[in-house]
Parts: sequence; C-alpha cells; structure tokens
Amino acid sequence: KYLFSINSALGDQAYVWNENEMFLFRATLAFAMRTYSDGQEYDVANVVVCDETPRVSFWFVVTSPLDASLLVDKRRVEEAVRKSRSRINSAFLLTDDTLEFIGIPPTLEAPVAPDTPPWLIAFGVVMGGVGAGIVVLLVSSVKRDGEEETGGKTENEAASDAIYNMSFSDDEPVTQM
Amino acid sequence: MRLVFPNPRLEDRIPSHEDLELMEKVETGDRLKWGSKTQYLLTCVGFCVGLGNVWRFPYLCQSHGGGAFMIPFIILLVFEGVPLLYLEFAIGQRLRSGSVGVWSSIHPYMTGVGIASMTVSFFVGMYYNTILAWVMWYFLNSFQSPLPWSQCPLNDNLTDLVSECKRSSPVDYFWYRETLNTSTSIEESGGLQWWMVLCLAAAWSVLYLCCIRGIETTGKVVYITSTLPYVVLTIFLIRGLTLKGSVEGIKFLFTPDLNELLNPSTWLDAGAQVFYSFSLGVGGLISFSSYNPVHNNCEQDAIIIAIINGFTSIFAATVIYTIIGFRATKQFDDCLNENILMLLNAFDLVEGTVTEINYDEMLQNLNSTISGSEVIQGLDLSTCNLRTFLSDGVEGTGLAFIVFTEAITKMPISPLWSVLFFVMLFCLGLSTMFGAIEGVVVAIQDFKIFPTWPKEVISGIVCLSSFLIALIFSLGSGNYWLALFDSYAGSIPLLIIAFCEMVGVAYVYGIERFNKDIEFMIGHKPNIFWQAMWRVISPLIVLVIFLIYFVNEVSSTLTYITWNPSSENFPVLEILPYPNWVYIIILLLAGLPSLAIPGFALYKVLQKCCCKKTIKKLELNTVSANVNMDFFTMSE
Repeated sequence: KYLFSINSALGDQAYVWNENEMFLFRATLAFAMRTYSDGQEYDVANVVVCDETPRVSFWFVVTSPLDASLLVDKRRVEEAVRKSRSRINSAFLLTDDTLEFIGIPPTLEAPVAPDTPPWLIAFGVVMGGVGAGIVVLLVSSVKRDGEEETGGKTENEAASDAIYNMSFSDDEPVTQM
Repeated sequence: MRLVFPNPRLEDRIPSHEDLELMEKVETGDRLKWGSKTQYLLTCVGFCVGLGNVWRFPYLCQSHGGGAFMIPFIILLVFEGVPLLYLEFAIGQRLRSGSVGVWSSIHPYMTGVGIASMTVSFFVGMYYNTILAWVMWYFLNSFQSPLPWSQCPLNDNLTDLVSECKRSSPVDYFWYRETLNTSTSIEESGGLQWWMVLCLAAAWSVLYLCCIRGIETTGKVVYITSTLPYVVLTIFLIRGLTLKGSVEGIKFLFTPDLNELLNPSTWLDAGAQVFYSFSLGVGGLISFSSYNPVHNNCEQDAIIIAIINGFTSIFAATVIYTIIGFRATKQFDDCLNENILMLLNAFDLVEGTVTEINYDEMLQNLNSTISGSEVIQGLDLSTCNLRTFLSDGVEGTGLAFIVFTEAITKMPISPLWSVLFFVMLFCLGLSTMFGAIEGVVVAIQDFKIFPTWPKEVISGIVCLSSFLIALIFSLGSGNYWLALFDSYAGSIPLLIIAFCEMVGVAYVYGIERFNKDIEFMIGHKPNIFWQAMWRVISPLIVLVIFLIYFVNEVSSTLTYITWNPSSENFPVLEILPYPNWVYIIILLLAGLPSLAIPGFALYKVLQKCCCKKTIKKLELNTVSANVNMDFFTMSE
C-alpha cells in the first residue's frame, strides 16, 4: 500500500493528483521491477492499482508479464521498491516521509565518517595556539627576570633604608613578580 | 551599639592611613596594579557573571512565578548582595592583601576564614573548569555540518538506529553516551574517557595561558572574555526574536504569578541565587580590589557591579527563553502534525481537512461516532500541550547541552550558532575561573610557602594539580562526581565564610574603624543603610539561608539522578540514593573548609597557651605594601 502526502511535502507548489500522475507511478514501478527484479520486460499494464482514495493512498499488485493472471511474489516487489526508493521518491519530488510504503521501512543511509574526526583537527589547532602562547609568555618572563635581577634588587633595598628607619629587618628576600 | 571583640595590636598588623598615603606616592612596589579601571571592572564583572546567570537564573525565574520572581530577587540583591560586595571591595582595598592576608591581619584567629576561602576556591575551580572542558568538547564538535547531535548513529549492522538513541533522543545520546560515556551509578567508575582527558587538558591549558602572570595577563584577556558574552547574547536575541514561537517563550518566562511570593522556597532560592551569583566568600573579589589605588571609589564599584550582574541575569533569561519558546513551539507543531497525519491515514481523509487550526474540532467530530472513537483509541495519539514543552525542567547542564543544542539543530546554519553559543559559555566560565585561580594563587603567595618561586610557576603548579585531581571528572561516573561537588563543595562553606566575613569586619575589626577607613578612602562615611546592613541584616539573611539549607540537607536522604539505559522508565532519569562512603566525601567537601575556621583558631589558641612564647610581629614592608602574616616564632 502506498501513501502520498503531497501537500505537506510541497505546500504551495503541490501538484494535483490525477490520472497522469498515476500513470507516472505505474511506469516507475514497472521500471523498478525491470531493473531490480528478474529482468523481464514489465510494462505499465502489469501494475494493477485498486482502492484509490482521495487521501491519495491505494493498493497495487504486480502481475507477471508472461501470464497476466499470475501475481508476482510480494517479497520480490518489496525488494525492487526498496532498491529503487530514491528514484521513485525523486520522480514525485517527495521523500521517504511523505511517500510512504506501508511495510517497507525507509533504507537508512550510512553516515559519512571522515577519517579523522573533525573535532580532533579543531583540538589540534586550539592546543597548538595555546601551547605557542604559553611558551612565548614563559620565555619573555624569563628574559625579564634576567634583566631585573641585575638592576632591580639594589634599588629596592636602598629605597627601604632611605625612607624608613625600621627597628629591625627580617632576612626574607623581597618577593618578585 | 558598640559591640566589638577585643582586638589589641590590630594597628600593628595593618598599614595605617599614613602608610597607605605613602604607598600611593611611592610608585615602586611588588604589589601588582591594575592597568586601568576598565580592566578592574571588566574582571569583576567577568568574575561575577558566570554560567549561573545563563542557566540557573532563567529556570528559577520561570519556576517561581516568572515576573514575580524579580521582586524577591531585587530585594535580596539590595539587602544581601550589594552590602557583601561593598564589604569585600572595601576591606581588600584597605588592607591591600588577598583573603588570607586580610583575615590574618584582622585577627590571627580569623586566618581560618582565608584558608577556607582558598580551599573552596580550589574545589570549585576544579569542577567548574570541567564544565568548561565539556563546553570545549561541544565547541570542537561544532565545526561540522550536520551537527553530530542532530541525528542518531546507526547500529553495527546498519539496519536500525542505535537503540539507546532511538528510545531517548539524539541530543540526549550525544550528551550521555558520546560525551560523558556515563556509567549507571557513582560506584561504577567506568575508566578514564580519553577524549574528555584531552578536553580537560585543553581547558586547563587555556586557563593557565590566561592566568600565567596573574592580573597582568588576565587583565588583558578580560577585554574579550567579559564583553564577548554580551555580544553573543545580543546576536542570539535578535536571531531568537525572528524565530516562530519566541514570544511565547518570553511570555511564559515573565508572566507573573504573585502567589509564588508566599512560598518561602522562592525567597530562599532568590537569596541563594543572589549570593552565589556574586561569587562572594571565594576571596577573589578581595584580592582583585586590593590591587586598586587606595582612594578608588569602591562604593560606586559595588553598586555598578551589582546592577550589571542583575541586568545580565535578566537579559540572559530573556534570550534563553526566546530560544526555548522556539523549541517548544517546534515540538508542539511536530507533535500536532504527527497526530494529524495519523488521523488522515486512519480515516483516509483528503489532505487539508485536518489542520492545526481545526484539529480539536475535527478530533471531536471523529470521536463522536462509535467506530471513530474506537479507531482513535487504537491510534494512541499523544497529547500536545505547549505549556508542558515550555516547562521542561531546563537548568544547568541540561539546558546548555541538551535543550539548547537541540534548538540549535533546528535553526538554519546550525554550526554557526553552535560555535557562537559555546564560545560564549566558555568566556563566561573562563572569566569566573580567573577569580578562583586568583583566590588560590594569592593565598599561596600570602602564606609564603614558596617565597622565591615566580608567579608563573605557582600558577602552573595550581593548574597542574587541579587538572590531575579533576581527572576524576573524566571517568565514566564523572558527571555524578561533578554534581556532588557542585551541591556540596561550594554551597554550605561559602555561606559560613560570608557570615564570618561580615561578623569579622563588623565586630572584630570594628565597624567604627571600618567607617573611618572608608571615609579615608572615598571621602565620606558609609550612610545608615550600609551600617544597618553590615551589622545586622545581611548577616541575618545569610544565617537564615544557611540554617534552612543545612537542615534540609541533613534531614533528607541524599539522592542523585542517573542515566541508565536498562532502567524501566528510560529515558526518564533514575533517582538513586548515594552509597554510604559518599557521605564521608560530602563531609570532607563541605566540612573541611568550614571547620578550617574554628580549627585554625583553636590551633592558634593552643599554641599560645601551651608554649608561652610571644608572638613576634613582623614589620610592615611599606614600600612593597605587603602585609606579612602574623607568624608564630620564638622571641629573641
């Protein structure tokens, strides 16, 4: 059984369901049977549709091209439909959600898995930047400490002696930045 | 009311006003200074404005009566938040030292308060930065389209979606399985998750880079980390308002329900939110304001910061709820459309007979016939209620990593919004971490544990040791450990510290002296409002909040929520009680800092009594403006 939900898929650009559209459907199904089933020459006449409703849903069966009274096995029809699902969908500008076939679940696309997960690449970039920054800052502060040590200490001691007469001073070294 | 604890020799431990004037004039000194007033304000704003403004306040607002929540929030902001803020700013600026130095100067027995602040800073910093590691993970994963949390992965033989994901949702699955790889309870450790370890390392490295030289480096970084969140929030606001359903969200957030004001838990939550939102008691604010010039107007600063913090909370809540409104409306529409499709298929109606507008009518019509109602019962239609979707318990990590990420997948150009959102969260959290690290590093420097070691090395040691201990949060059960730390490491000790701070300044240091100090610093004495707050009202509010919290925690069995795919109610989170050994850890987390306060006082008392040695006072090195701690040494 097939269910068409044209309006919800296309909205304003929805087409009206009529005989011609039905003809297209039968033709695509015949194409599917020809390509993915046993290779016999299926024709539009072999796809029989019944019980059509205004909802746009209907039942269909496929007869064998050799003998019109023989029905093709349901499983083979299902398989052919499953394999050509995307072709059928695009013929009607619909998707798996809007063109439902009761009994055949939509085939799942395997997601594209890149070799390196993208987050590792981004991580590498971030860590590279941060690492470089840390190295730069550490190197510059080592340089600055080297300059200060030679010139700075004596200045501090002199200042403290000059301004304050402390009763006693302790031996702790002055903490530097 | 002159209630002052006898405090002899206080003048010997603190710089006098003349000393302070001299410090101002003599430029050379070891003490760091702010590059500019803007840096100082931005740092304080960054410290106060954190993740809580974005993911705790909106939830509280919505669940406690919307617009009506503003009333207790603003009242408690004025009576509790601002006085405490002003107090910490003023005392830091006056005594020119980090929190350990300040409290040991006020009275040696109170050194424990400084130690408690340092311990809490350390614990909080550990778990807070883990949240940043999670944010970092999501940020790194945002550079792909479609976003990894927008679809379920396939199972091994590619026949179906992964069962855990199918039963819950792609965002839940990505959070609980691909990010945390969470175990089913806190007892199962689950091993280290290597990708989490990497993100943790990245987060701590970024933090180290920014804090490497203390406020010298953070002072520059805050220009970005404190302002970027506002830019991103504005962008999200504009984007959010153009989405369908956003106005519903805002209406839901702010619709006042004045009955909530009668509920005491509303006031309790408001008080707690104000208190924690200002990051009081951690020692960072005292430290930051100690680098200010002596005559800086700290009263003005406190009021400005408080206003900015309050405004940010409300602004962030608005933005969050535009997006939540959009998401809820989308869910409602999807739910409704599903039902409509089922009805159409079941009754073979032409498309367009049942729409969103006439759904209820049509449902009634179809239900009126006996055969119709039977069919409808068999369909199992789900009830679609917009309010239920809107009031989805959205706070904390659930808001950021589940709800918001889901909303982002439904917006066009999702990777862009995802990157922006997580950069904003990272900046918010990072600027708060600056204060936490400052609290620890400065305390170590005040204690003079490693006097000759440069600041870079001390920051490095702090970051490294925090990272190593924080590896516990990258275990399979890490999420549960973090929730434990979040609930107990920061909550109770901070309330105790804040209470001791106020009592210490008002009654041990002396409110009269404090008033004179403020008059010296900013030119006028604090008016009667501040006096009343500091002496009575603010400590009382903090005490009440503490007592209620404490009684609540002690009287109930402590539970936590877990993600268990094999539980019955999956995907509803399972509530488990904590095993017994966890109680010991809770006691350590909450008790260690709290007991440090009386513990250290006791230690000092014992030393004084038992050994009969006099305390040698260390002189004030006024040129470097360092107040040395009152060490106990033998007299000569």
